[in-house]
Amino acid sequence: MTGSSQTALTHLRWLEAESIQILRETAAQFARPVLLYSIGKDSSVLLHLARKAFHPGPLPFPLLHIDTTYEYPEMIEFRDRFTREIGAELRVYTNREAIRLGANPYDFGTAKCCQLLRTQALVQAIREGGYDAALGGARRDEERSRAKERIFSFRDRNGHWDPKTQRPELWSIYNGRVDPGEHMRVFPLSNWTEMDVWRYIALEKIPIVPLYFARPRPVLVRGGTLIPYQPNVRLLPGEKPEIIMCRMRTLGCTPCSGAIRSEADTVEKIIAELQEFRRSERENRVIDHDQDGSMELKKREGYF
Amino acid sequence: MSAAPEILAPALPLAHFLRQPGERSLLRFSTAGSVDDGKSTLIGRLLHDTRSVYEDQIEAVRKSPINRSGTAIDFSLLTDGLRAEREQGITIDVAYRYFSTPRRTFIIADTPGHEQYTPNMATGASTADAAVILVDVRKGVLPQSRRHAFIAALLGVPELVVAVNKMDLAGYSQAAFEEAAAAFRALEPRLRGARLTFIPVSALEGDNVVERSPRMPWYGGPSLLEFLETVEPQAAAAAGPFRMPVQYVIRPRDGFRGFAGQIVSGRVRPGDPVLELPSARQSRVQRIVTFDGDLEEAVAPMSVTLTLEDELDVSRGSLLAAASAPPRLARRFEAHTVWMSSEPLSPSKTYLLRHGPLEVQARAVQLRHAVDIETLEPRAAETLGWSEIGLVVWETSRPLAFDPYRDVRGNGAFILIDPISNRTIAAGMIEAAVEDPDEQRRQRRRPVFRAGRLTAGERRTRSGHSGALILARPDSEAAFWLERRLFEHGADVVLLDERVVPLEPLLRAGLLVIAPPDSECRGFPVVALPEEAGADPERAAALVLEELERRGVLIPRDAFLSGEGI
Repeated sequence: MTGSSQTALTHLRWLEAESIQILRETAAQFARPVLLYSIGKDSSVLLHLARKAFHPGPLPFPLLHIDTTYEYPEMIEFRDRFTREIGAELRVYTNREAIRLGANPYDFGTAKCCQLLRTQALVQAIREGGYDAALGGARRDEERSRAKERIFSFRDRNGHWDPKTQRPELWSIYNGRVDPGEHMRVFPLSNWTEMDVWRYIALEKIPIVPLYFARPRPVLVRGGTLIPYQPNVRLLPGEKPEIIMCRMRTLGCTPCSGAIRSEADTVEKIIAELQEFRRSERENRVIDHDQDGSMELKKREGYF
Repeated sequence: MSAAPEILAPALPLAHFLRQPGERSLLRFSTAGSVDDGKSTLIGRLLHDTRSVYEDQIEAVRKSPINRSGTAIDFSLLTDGLRAEREQGITIDVAYRYFSTPRRTFIIADTPGHEQYTPNMATGASTADAAVILVDVRKGVLPQSRRHAFIAALLGVPELVVAVNKMDLAGYSQAAFEEAAAAFRALEPRLRGARLTFIPVSALEGDNVVERSPRMPWYGGPSLLEFLETVEPQAAAAAGPFRMPVQYVIRPRDGFRGFAGQIVSGRVRPGDPVLELPSARQSRVQRIVTFDGDLEEAVAPMSVTLTLEDELDVSRGSLLAAASAPPRLARRFEAHTVWMSSEPLSPSKTYLLRHGPLEVQARAVQLRHAVDIETLEPRAAETLGWSEIGLVVWETSRPLAFDPYRDVRGNGAFILIDPISNRTIAAGMIEAAVEDPDEQRRQRRRPVFRAGRLTAGERRTRSGHSGALILARPDSEAAFWLERRLFEHGADVVLLDERVVPLEPLLRAGLLVIAPPDSECRGFPVVALPEEAGADPERAAALVLEELERRGVLIPRDAFLSGEGI
């Protein structure tokens, strides 16, 4: 046990090395891989790792954004600018049919709206794009049902996830064999925690959407939740937006993701805040509270 | 064309990647257990007491209608996963949990302990640096504790921590702890060199889990968390021989060819001589390329891109290895194999074997024995079924460059895939290469000639002789003299360096074969070079010629003995 501190990687370098190995396996094992880019902090870390994995070559796969059309304008602006800067190929997919039918969280309910604009859109995009692997930034620490998720997560022809058909995953040897029509969801950040993601963003100075940083924003206070005010958010009778110092902990659609009161306007301050902050990040996503175990139900249907 | 000159970033020192004081390292450990042994409570306690559980999660557990603990919070609920399991109160898969302290980040692979879940335990142990084995102080070493210890040892986990649990129910008694520890220590000879550490704990009360317990003053060792914070098993991989399986070839433009992979063992610097396997061709490392700049050194488990000084044929599935410590290269090897399919091992089936990035076909040649997971003793078996472990001799379609699993964990493991269902059906840990008797026979049988339609008589008429074996050391002066004289005679003569079996096809083709003295043949004349040949090789050669003529092998010719030829 002597001198061993000289050989142990820091935990972030260890996680980085593992993620790069997974990204390279995905590029090598699949004919048509794609990286699901949600513009959020986890996606930003994933994209950064992908650039590292194939340096000095270009990314060997395109980026795919599932655009619900309810995203914050800052997200779209960031997406277009950043992907252009790094020379990545960006593909955008929207469930046009559902939008045409008027899908929105108020009239359809959050569960149904999410099912149509995220889950179904993703399954359609993968099918239409003929992708056999979709890289995503999901982490196992996000929600209890994700604790058992594989790094290579098998999806059947309908894009469905079945806990019983998942393949055993030993060492860092991944079985990416799929038949036509089936695909693999690949999660290179499986072993990262929210704190790891932030520490890595600080270490590597990774650009992220400004919505993560606190500043005074017009919000609607609903129960304990702050809903950033956007033109497409419907007001309740008598409701008026207030200006509150706040930031987004996770990014989602404008009507369904809440902000938190915060003074943290730098990555370092966010990390300090998180160290004191003992509430899980998904709590601010309205969608997860539909029913107990709702994330597991969504996953079975193909949600990320 | 040669590579365009590049502006290189200054080489980064390795320290950039290594843990400095005040930074965290990472440890992966496995746990296994069943409903009543307190494992979920122990993990829940570790998560809770290191403040790794969010308040809303604790609130959800506090509000849960289920509480099996008899205390305010049922910690076991914090770690239960899928809905069906939550309802049944059991865990049926590997669940990964995360927590950290200022010194370290931890990844727990949490698995069920029941016998039929051997594959889950093996999966959890495969990536673990340490295994926490739970023993109920009142019940001693139950089969599932033993099973977990054996599987962890088989999967090469270097550190086994035995948490002797429920000390609160044994009055925190030292005698009870020592009795349980002694019973466990009896297993040590079968634990393949894993290090053992014993800690008395009460998961329910929190004794010696995070903080040292004042209720067991007789125990002077660390708490479970203190132990996990200080154990350093990653050093073993860094100290091993350099190994990097090539996952991907990066070729962005003319001239640059980078071999991307994760170093599974050892360290590497520019200038180091390396071998490409399976070709065994040698080159030197030219650069260690990363996004952050070139490195002056890299160490396991970093993911890097190497360039080589020479143009070797390197592709996905190649292994780059230290030239000074090459791996084994073989098509046949024996491996402890954990069977994970309900369809049993079949000797007539061809499976896909994935060893790092290399995928080859594989066939089970022999099941040497199954391993009784209750005792780790071998037992006779016809096949392997779900959850069984056996020592299997595998043969692959192409040679594998591997190290025995116990020497280099990252280069001795493989998985097996069913080529029809695409499912992962087994995992293997290579013990050793196995000599392949068929392969040896094939080697010896070469060269193989068909008889053809020419008769021995036709050959004899044309060449002036028939087939015969001449025994002589093929590197001796006399052998060379003999070869020369026979050639001058117009004879068809060959010198064989090694003993070849069988020789008959060569002799049937009418050749005069000079072969090592231990060679054998049936049905053809055999003449040995005289013992004293070394003193006068020319004379010895002449004696052999005379003998061949006397035996009717050579057709006598006057010109022959005078050495003029025809």
